[in-house]
Amino acid sequence: MYRMLWRIRLFEGQVQRLAAAGEVPGFPHLSTGQEAVAVGVCAHLSREDALYTSHRGHGHILAKGSDLEATLAEIIGRESGLCRGRGGSMHLVDVRHGVMGATGVVAGNLALAAGAAWAAQAQGKSNLAVAFFGDGATGAGVFHETLNLASLWKLPMLFVCENNGYAEFTSRDEHSNVNHVSHFAKPYSIPTKTIDGNDLKVVHAEAAEAIASIRAGHGPYLLECMTFRMAGHYVGDAQQYRSKEELAAMIEKCPIERLKRHLLADGVPATVLDAIQVEAKNEIEQASLRARAAARPDPATVMDDVYTSPTLHAISG
Amino acid sequence: MAIHTFIDILKRALDEEMTRDASVHLLGEDVAAGGAFGVTRGLADKHGATRVRNTPISEAAITGLATGAALAGIRPVLEIMFIDFATLALDCLLNQTAKYRYMSGGQLTVPLVVRTQAGAAGGAAAQHSQSLETFFIHIPGLVVVAPSSPIEAYGLLKSAIRLGEPVIFIEHKRLYTMKEELPQDFALPAIGKARVAREGTDVTLIAYSAMVQTALEAAKELESNGISTEVIDLRTLLPLDMDTISQSVSKTHRVLIAHEAVQNGGMGAEIAARIGAELFDELDGPVQRVGCPFAPIPFAPELERALLPGSHHIVQVARRMMGLESV
Repeated sequence: MYRMLWRIRLFEGQVQRLAAAGEVPGFPHLSTGQEAVAVGVCAHLSREDALYTSHRGHGHILAKGSDLEATLAEIIGRESGLCRGRGGSMHLVDVRHGVMGATGVVAGNLALAAGAAWAAQAQGKSNLAVAFFGDGATGAGVFHETLNLASLWKLPMLFVCENNGYAEFTSRDEHSNVNHVSHFAKPYSIPTKTIDGNDLKVVHAEAAEAIASIRAGHGPYLLECMTFRMAGHYVGDAQQYRSKEELAAMIEKCPIERLKRHLLADGVPATVLDAIQVEAKNEIEQASLRARAAARPDPATVMDDVYTSPTLHAISG
Repeated sequence: MAIHTFIDILKRALDEEMTRDASVHLLGEDVAAGGAFGVTRGLADKHGATRVRNTPISEAAITGLATGAALAGIRPVLEIMFIDFATLALDCLLNQTAKYRYMSGGQLTVPLVVRTQAGAAGGAAAQHSQSLETFFIHIPGLVVVAPSSPIEAYGLLKSAIRLGEPVIFIEHKRLYTMKEELPQDFALPAIGKARVAREGTDVTLIAYSAMVQTALEAAKELESNGISTEVIDLRTLLPLDMDTISQSVSKTHRVLIAHEAVQNGGMGAEIAARIGAELFDELDGPVQRVGCPFAPIPFAPELERALLPGSHHIVQVARRMMGLESV
């Protein structure tokens, strides 16, 4: 898991560099600083468990098992990308690893995940669905509609809120009087906990408990992970709305540093941890080289996959 | 042979598809009790509460849920009680459902049918009477179907469920009580193909949904004026079957498009533009449209009647096109 934290951290760093160099089209949103939530939750998921993430989803997808090169190739718009360059950073899908989607419209993924959970329930499967979302999503009506449905139908669904304190550029206390996202779960009788989302050990243990409850048939669970967005809302965001003190404090909160302290205290040699970091760095570099060398999509294929049946391609004008 | 109302025949189509394919599930507000119009009455008893599922009044969430379930191998038939309420589900339908196959690079499909009900039929007023099909025909990835009679609804609904694409299936509430006899040998219609509902040689009259019945009435009256009208029932609004339109226009050289939706920016505008671009040399005169004037649907029956396009409007415009009436 230490390796996966580094993979995500360095992957996001690479996306940031490529974006600065003009190699990433559009608006990539980085999860730097929130890696422990992705890794701690996804460690308990099988390939058949459905993952639905948000616009800030690179970390979740990598933690679920998606290939570094194919994910990066998608983010830089290559034919070898997960979605053949059709989706990009905000619409990553990797069915082979149960990554069923990411949505660029905040809160849009929640009901889709409920659908995956309902399908598993209706088909008599033991799988669950996980939806990652930010605290900003709680302002959307569909968040509340989905909580109600999930509770009513006892859906096997894990809601994971990454509360990083910001809805885009506005801090939480400016957009809601409800301090904690877990408070929204209570009226719907959904079990919930607010936890330290930057401590991988805590996330891992609490996610295990939540998922065990869901797999035991007790219905949905909402885990609110307090975390910290080390990067801006999007690449290029100057973050003038955050204080110097706040940005300095995040070094202290860094989930990688914290896990490192745990592991050193448990007697893991520093050389082993350093070697993992170097290996992760090499993996990302290799993946990046290959992804950047990959072919760009052929413009002649732009109409592929609008419909399943080619006979439905009738609107040509 | 049994005579069916539109409502009964929809129920029969759903029942048969649920029996044929165990992955077909019904979802929607009140569907277990039959829905607002009784289309699904009795199906929960026959197929079980899991497959005929009542939902809260949460259009955004239930549309998302149905889409997510479709992505996971279920074939949901979601009922949105009135098309006016589909506005609450537009984020999902436009941003997610329609684009999933494309955005995923072909990894996933959304075999979802959204049954909804539209149009004016006496006093339902401005928020329960609209014809909002143009919201959907603008979105790549969706299929839009609007049946014109009970037999048409039976075949098109079954075809829509089997299609494996996201289909917006628009039923007109005025047709719900219409009765027809279902023929014994019945070939399912192909989605994306229009039909010629009546043959003629002077004017091509293009319509869909309940307006096809109005168009057939108008065609009868025009016949007594010596005008031979060919009525095309589009069946599928997206994609549009230009081949059938083209064949007819090559014969008649005059086109009139009729729909209940507001004329401004409506289906007729798209068809007229396509005909203008692709069939200009075939035309003897400008393509004409009959649609609703630019106002919300009023409540009082005499106001509603005054606003809605009827067969007399179609007759008037067609006579003018034939030079029988001054402008």
